[in-house]
Amino acid sequence: MSKWLPSASPESLAARADLLQALRRFFCDRGVMEVETPLLSQGTVPDAGIDVFRLPGKSDEPDRYLQTSPESAMKRLLAAGSGDIFQICKAFRQGEAGHNHNPEFTLLEWYRVCWDHVALIREVAELLGAVLDSDGWQVWPYRALFVEVLGVDPLDEQTSLAALTAIAESRIGSVPHGLDCDALLDLLMSHCIEPEISGWGVVFITDFPASQAAMARCVSVGNMDVAARFECYVHGKELANGYWEQTDANGLSAQLQAENKRRQQRGLPQRPIDERLLAAHRQSLPECAGVALGVDRLLAVKLGANNLGEIISFCWDSA
Amino acid sequence: MPNFSTNEFKPGLKVMLDGDPCSILENEFVKPGKGQAFNRVKLRNLKSGRVWERTFKSGDTLEGADIMDVDLEYSYTDGEFWHFMDPSTYEQYGADRDAVGEAEKWLKEQERYEITLYNGTPLAVTPPNFIELEITETDPGLKGDTAQGGSKPATLSTGAVVRVPLFITEGEVIRVDTRTGEYVSRASKS
Repeated sequence: MSKWLPSASPESLAARADLLQALRRFFCDRGVMEVETPLLSQGTVPDAGIDVFRLPGKSDEPDRYLQTSPESAMKRLLAAGSGDIFQICKAFRQGEAGHNHNPEFTLLEWYRVCWDHVALIREVAELLGAVLDSDGWQVWPYRALFVEVLGVDPLDEQTSLAALTAIAESRIGSVPHGLDCDALLDLLMSHCIEPEISGWGVVFITDFPASQAAMARCVSVGNMDVAARFECYVHGKELANGYWEQTDANGLSAQLQAENKRRQQRGLPQRPIDERLLAAHRQSLPECAGVALGVDRLLAVKLGANNLGEIISFCWDSA
Repeated sequence: MPNFSTNEFKPGLKVMLDGDPCSILENEFVKPGKGQAFNRVKLRNLKSGRVWERTFKSGDTLEGADIMDVDLEYSYTDGEFWHFMDPSTYEQYGADRDAVGEAEKWLKEQERYEITLYNGTPLAVTPPNFIELEITETDPGLKGDTAQGGSKPATLSTGAVVRVPLFITEGEVIRVDTRTGEYVSRASKS
């Protein structure tokens, strides 16, 4: 008999309904407008770490991509003068299936005009306080966290790739071949640091390496350029990723092209540059900060579920 | 053999790693917030039996291993090889000592065993979970001890030694769990 039953329990379905209401109330109370944007777009992100679902167009229709986040469309709304906005929607990332990943997942994304990432960190903490009853949070610069947990400064010019590899090998055994510096740092973050901070409650990591800026701007901290980005971890689970947005169109264009180059180096297909997003940037993207938060993981943390399948009505294998 | 990508690493898939055939036990997708995705994979080395834990970049590939599990009947040993036969084709396979391993003490003629073939050659022999064997040697039981606990060693026709209740006598056929090497019951037939 085929498995037709939901993978989530009735209790977790009810908890999801409550959570969605609480999130909407949080933003409604703060005057942030809810919006909807297309799931299927002609543009997509070149991010080398993300594999997108592509739907071929019929005859002369262009290919369309399932969104990996609503970032591009929401920024076009911001550029058109929307003011503060939030969205709760589905996002899609091919191949990302596991205990903490489902290729189709629910994202909460919001933007605050005239804010920077530091102000946004506070609001994320307040939101977590409201829905998780958590109190207190810590902010760690990326470098300081590496020094604290692994005893190595990843951005110091003296730190060699070989030294980072040796640390990874001592902690997890074998290290895959052919990792560039950022991929090696990602390995250390996901395999060595995440487990260590699982007992730290709510942790924000900021000031990422400039090479990992994605769509964030870079700022100067102590003679070094770092990305004005943050990630939020709760009990070692990565919940949210926020930027003080890059508003300089030329800077963004260069970052997108750099990402496509990284794809090329890793043997991945190139992605078309989202010209509509760049046009919106050139026109009038206001100073703003934005963050995307995984709603499924938030619910998993709230309910103490170890597997997203327990809190998604029909997880990837049974969808 | 075809190559398999990390997203095809399902439990039971047989792949080559460091020159040895391995069976995938677990595969966990791991990814930081942004950036490179990895797969943390547990594999059993089918030659040594050891469990390896390896991290791969998502999208990395491993060559499939030519591994096949077949049910074969044990025939005889010449001291160097243990010979098994496919009862439908009468094809013969010789398993060496490494392949037979612990299963040697459970080998009974005409019994069926699961043989893991690697490139067509026996790599491992797995006995059925339960097997019925005759007792060739054991001390006589004490009178009146039929219901109480207590056990004694008994040698089986294959050479294996298991502990049996005191009331079991030489010549009886008993049922043994090959995974634990423990006595289960008297065989049903008398």
